[in-house]
Amino acid sequence: MIITNIETVPGKTIVEHFGLVSGSTIRAKHIGRDIMASLKNLVGGELKGYTQLLQESRNQAIDRMIEHARQMGANAIVNVRFSTSSVAQGAAELYAYGTAVRVQ
Amino acid sequence: MYDLLIFLTLIAVGYSVGTLTEKRHYRSIHKREKAFLYLPAVTIKAVDYPEEKVRSAELVYGSVVISIDYFKKILAGLRNIFGGTVKSYESLIDRARREALLRMKEMAGDATVIVNVRIETSTIARKANKEGVGCLEAIAYGTALTLEK
Repeated sequence: MIITNIETVPGKTIVEHFGLVSGSTIRAKHIGRDIMASLKNLVGGELKGYTQLLQESRNQAIDRMIEHARQMGANAIVNVRFSTSSVAQGAAELYAYGTAVRVQ
Repeated sequence: MYDLLIFLTLIAVGYSVGTLTEKRHYRSIHKREKAFLYLPAVTIKAVDYPEEKVRSAELVYGSVVISIDYFKKILAGLRNIFGGTVKSYESLIDRARREALLRMKEMAGDATVIVNVRIETSTIARKANKEGVGCLEAIAYGTALTLEK
């Protein structure tokens, strides 16, 4: 599966469009990480626990998007976008979407 | 009385450790940015390359969650009264974006160029000025192209 965030796959030609594919995941952080984060919040800097959590979630969203594209019979996804939104206190939604295509 | 003492201690700890970590972080950012000079990241979609020379195209991304220290939070709170630029937040967001870009480049490995780079920020927790965890996420993503030599 080739994934790009430009309209084409350079060096290949698109032969078929399948339409929009997307994957999303909603993650809540657990209380241990929250306590660590509030301690870290005092001195500032990177919150490694959260970074890791969001990275895992984003990978999961991408995996779901790929799964969706595979079911349609695509072999590439172009013009991929990410978006993040907090749906509830302490929970975040990671969303990835793009256009499934077949390239040659 | 004790409340004031705790408050002052928090400010002192936030200021000293926060400034130290910021300096250290900037040093590391400068060093890695120099090391990655061979890999340009551009926001345009098409760079001048021959199509048939592209060996692979791949989505790369990097993200970081960063939080503000107690001293800067108070400073920003004071700034809210008078208005104007909030310098303490500027450096925070600057660090987050540059770190995200660097992580994206690390993921790209030995690619030739990263095109169509997009940078986004989002707050994932409660409001930054309120009590509790105020932090924001910066994510950078783009398409890494590897050209044949």
